[in-house]
Order: sequence, then structure tokens, then C-alpha cells
Amino acid sequence: MVSFLDFEKQVATLDERIHELRASASDGVDIQSEIDKLEAKSAKMLSDIYRKLTPWQKTQVARHPERPHFKDYVAGIFEDFVPLAGDRAFADDHAIIGGLARLGTRKLLVIGHEKGDDTASRIKHNFGMGKPEGYRKAIRLMELADRFGLPVVSLVDTSGAFPGIQAEERGQAEAIARSTQACLELKVPMIAAIVGEGGSGGAIALAAANRVLMFEHAVYSVISPEGCASILWRTAEKAADAATAMQVTADDLKRLGVVDRIVPEPIGGAHRVRSVAIAALKKALGEELNDLAGKTPDALRTEREEKYLAMGQLAG
Amino acid sequence: MSWIHRVRNAISSIAKRETPDNLWHKCKACNQMVFCKEWEENLFVCPKCDHHDRIGADKRIPMLFDPGSAEILPSPRAPEDPLKFKDTKKYVDRIKAARNATGEHDALINVRGTIAKHRAVVGIQDFAFMGGSMGVGVGEAFVSGVEAAIADACPYIIFTAAGGARMQEGILSLMQMPKATVAIARLRRAGLPYIVVLTDPTTGGVTASYAMLGDVQLAEPGALIGFAGQRVIENTIREKLPDGFQRAEYLLDHGMLDMVVERKDLRQRLGLLIDYLTPQREAA
Repeated sequence: MVSFLDFEKQVATLDERIHELRASASDGVDIQSEIDKLEAKSAKMLSDIYRKLTPWQKTQVARHPERPHFKDYVAGIFEDFVPLAGDRAFADDHAIIGGLARLGTRKLLVIGHEKGDDTASRIKHNFGMGKPEGYRKAIRLMELADRFGLPVVSLVDTSGAFPGIQAEERGQAEAIARSTQACLELKVPMIAAIVGEGGSGGAIALAAANRVLMFEHAVYSVISPEGCASILWRTAEKAADAATAMQVTADDLKRLGVVDRIVPEPIGGAHRVRSVAIAALKKALGEELNDLAGKTPDALRTEREEKYLAMGQLAG
Repeated sequence: MSWIHRVRNAISSIAKRETPDNLWHKCKACNQMVFCKEWEENLFVCPKCDHHDRIGADKRIPMLFDPGSAEILPSPRAPEDPLKFKDTKKYVDRIKAARNATGEHDALINVRGTIAKHRAVVGIQDFAFMGGSMGVGVGEAFVSGVEAAIADACPYIIFTAAGGARMQEGILSLMQMPKATVAIARLRRAGLPYIVVLTDPTTGGVTASYAMLGDVQLAEPGALIGFAGQRVIENTIREKLPDGFQRAEYLLDHGMLDMVVERKDLRQRLGLLIDYLTPQREAA
């Protein structure tokens, strides 16, 4: 059973009752119709909640610990994944993973943040917070893809790049800047998908792409709502207000021209029916790759450049 | 902005009355009193402790450019308040206040002129304008500065000073990172140098984009330069930060800069760099 979020309490209570009813069904009393009724009610409740999630609620969905992560998408979307490790300078960062893969007949490079899904793996992957060596691995892999004409797919899911002494010493800012630059230099198609959290510089370093896809309940922002609130409101408790003010949802970002396509999630979020979410992303990636396949190397880079030069400009 | 800074600003009128000619300047770093005139002649660097004070374009221009050569370029048009952002104050009101306080349109202005007889377009970021933060206006100014440099076939030099991206423009601020990066790529393809001078402070998304992509990286002494804020780092790792952490000299030691240059030497040093990096093709 999934873990419920705060705003799903009513559904949780209802589901518990259904569970209890089922457990008592052995008494021979026909309670199936009652269960059916309650299940329908629970489904409707969930669908009502998810139809009008606030930006802050979406942030919580995007961070849900059971939400699919990089490894789940790789397993569910691609075949013959060959991971490639290391930045050739310092270390292999497990927060940013990449490798060669195949989507149908199309060979490509896939890269992204991995948050981990239990305590041990979360620590191993540093909760998806990349260090300079992670971004430098990303640069190395993107350059490799460029040399061999492989499209790049990135799956973005990070609260942000890691803030630490050693990360600063090794040039976190420079690594992010160069990784963004590497995205923009590519003469192969690049598609980025914001699958969970798109956290600031740590996200854009892997997301300056020809096409940017975003899951329906993912969030993408310049700073975390808590960070924004603690600076502008002087208390992290105003995070919900900050999330609304910063416009962090897929709909907001599509309207602002930052996101090109919203990928639908199953009712109740990607973590409820992971296979449905993964299949939706697979379909969207396949279509976008097909769409970009006919473009020349120069056109791919020029179009990407023009797109980012126009970001935030006045219309017309 | 630190509380000391706020208090200082609040009492500036009182201080003025007590010292009618603004005779003394108290150094923010060493707290020693120096004659204002001496401090100004020393380019707003403390003669006692070498603290390089934060300065805006108005002060930077005369100490950098050859006399009479500087021409401020017009600010490009950018949307005002694209998100209709409001925290405890409306963003439009914060912009208005910053414009009134600084007399600038936004946190980055471009100046064309000669530095030790070498032509250059120079972008100067002003920390006094909303912490120098990068929104669409700053991104557009950066691009227009680079375009002016390409048109003039001269280098683009940026003096950075920023807390980071401007939160009030949300994701559009983040998008100025790749925007500036594209402009740098085009300057590079035109065969022209991009020189970064990091000044106090340069952090966040500005550091993680155009401030770290220079062909040559300079910094003023003592400048705070980093990606993450110091409090964020302390709260994440629960460790005390080493002495001099994220200061220019620390970055030089860790290989992130080419040199730390005293303010008084910048004009000569930049002139020499431009001379070395100017395309040699015509001469060949």
C-alpha cells in the first residue's frame, strides 16, 4: 500500500475501512457491494484531489519517496542499458547516472539524477544531489554522445546540486556552468524530462534541451519553495505561498514557454501506478525523438540556442 | 543584506549630520577610520586592511576606462514582473525602490570604451540593485552586451556581483543561465575573448553560469565566490567552514581562478590580457 500524503487523509481513512471490511468478509456476510461502493467513493475522492492539487501539494507528490526514479524509468523504457561511470578526474558520482541505451530501434545516451529508494541507496546516491564529478561525468557522456551521433535523453529529478565544502572546492558552480554549456553545444537531439523535482542549477545543468517534457505533477523551480520562503518571507513555513508565487507546476511552465509537453500521470500520481507513468513517458520520448530525428546537426544546435535566447522575452 | 548594512543605511543621514563633510569612512572589515578622500583615492579599498568595498558602475567606470572613453549602452527591453510576483511586498514595488535608490534600470549595465587603449564592452553588475540578482532584464542585458562586443569585434568583460538568480522571476531567472551561456558561445565562435572579473559577492546561479565560463577568470581580493550559501552548507553538513572558505584566494588555491588582482591593477592587467587575446589573424 502506498504512503499517503497529508492532503490525502480522507482517502487513507476510507481505504482503511475498505481494508477492514475485506478482513471481516470471512464471516459469510455479503459485503462486496459495500466494498465496491466505498472503492468507487475512494477513487472519486482521489481523482477530485488530484484534479486540483495546489503547487505545494504537487511539490509533495513530486518528492514522494515511492515515486519512480531514474533506475525505474531506465528499466521500464529502455533496453540494453550500459552504464558508463566516472568523470576521469576525481570520482564516480552516484547521484548522476548515465549510459548507453536503446528505445525501440533508436540508440541513445540516457542520463539523469537518481535519488535512491531506501535509506542505504539514498545515502549511496546522495539523495540525488549531484557533485562536481557528477556534472563532469555528464559533460563527458554528452560529448561522447555528440561524437557518435547519439541523441541525449535526460531525466531530471533533484532537489538541487549538493551544497558542501568539498563540492565547492572542486568547483560545483563551474561544473554546472560547463554542463549547461555541454547541453547547448550538442549537435544531436536532446530531450530533457523533468520527472520529479527540477531543482535550480542542479537541474538546468542537464536540462538545456531541444525539447523539455514534464510530468503532470512534477515541479521545476529556481529555488526550493522552502528556500524562497525563508529568504523572502523570512520563514520556511511560507513554502506553500512561495510555491504558488514562483509558479512551479507543469501548467505554469508550459505557459511560460519553459516546458514543451506535459506527460500525464495516473490518477493519484506516478507513484500509485508506476507502470502507467513509465509507459506514458516512454510514449512521449519516442514521439519527440522521432520528431527531432530528421533535423540537421546545425539546425538542432541553432534551434536550441534560439529557444534559450528567447526565454522570458517580451512577446512580439 | 546583513543587519549591519541595514542599520548603516538607516542611520546614514544622522551620520552625515555629525560629520558634515563626510570626512571619515569606517572600514566594514577592520572597523578603522580612514579619511573619505584617502579612501576614495584608494578606489574604495581600505588603505589599512586592503578590504575591497562593493562598488557600482558609477564608481567602477572612471577607475577602469581611459578618461572620456566610456559610453553607457542603452538597457534592452524586458518584461516587468512576468509572474506578477508578490511576497511580503509586491515585486514591482521592490524594483521601483531599487531604481530610485541606485538610479539604474536593472542590476547589469553595459559600457563601451577603451581600457589602456584597448576597445572593450564591459558589463558591470551592481549588488546594490536587488543584490545584483539575475532576472530576465539582467539576462537580456548580458546578451546585448555580448552582441555589442561582437559588432565591435572586441572582448566582452563582465564584472560580476550577485547573490544569484532573482527569485521573483521564478523559473525565468533560471532560464537566463542557458541564455547567457548561448551568448558566450557566440562570442567564442566570433573568435573574441570573454573575461570575467568576479567581485564581492558572486554566488548562486550567476556563479553557476556566466561567471565561471571566462577564457580568463580574475577576482578582486577577498571577494566571496561560491555556488551554495554558507549558511545552507553549514546546515547541510553541520560542520564549521574552513577559514577563508569561498574567498577569492581560496578559489585561486583550488584552481578555479587564473588570478586575484588588486583593484588598482585591474586596468593595466585587463589591457594586457586584451592585447594578448586579440585575434592575431589580421596581422598574419
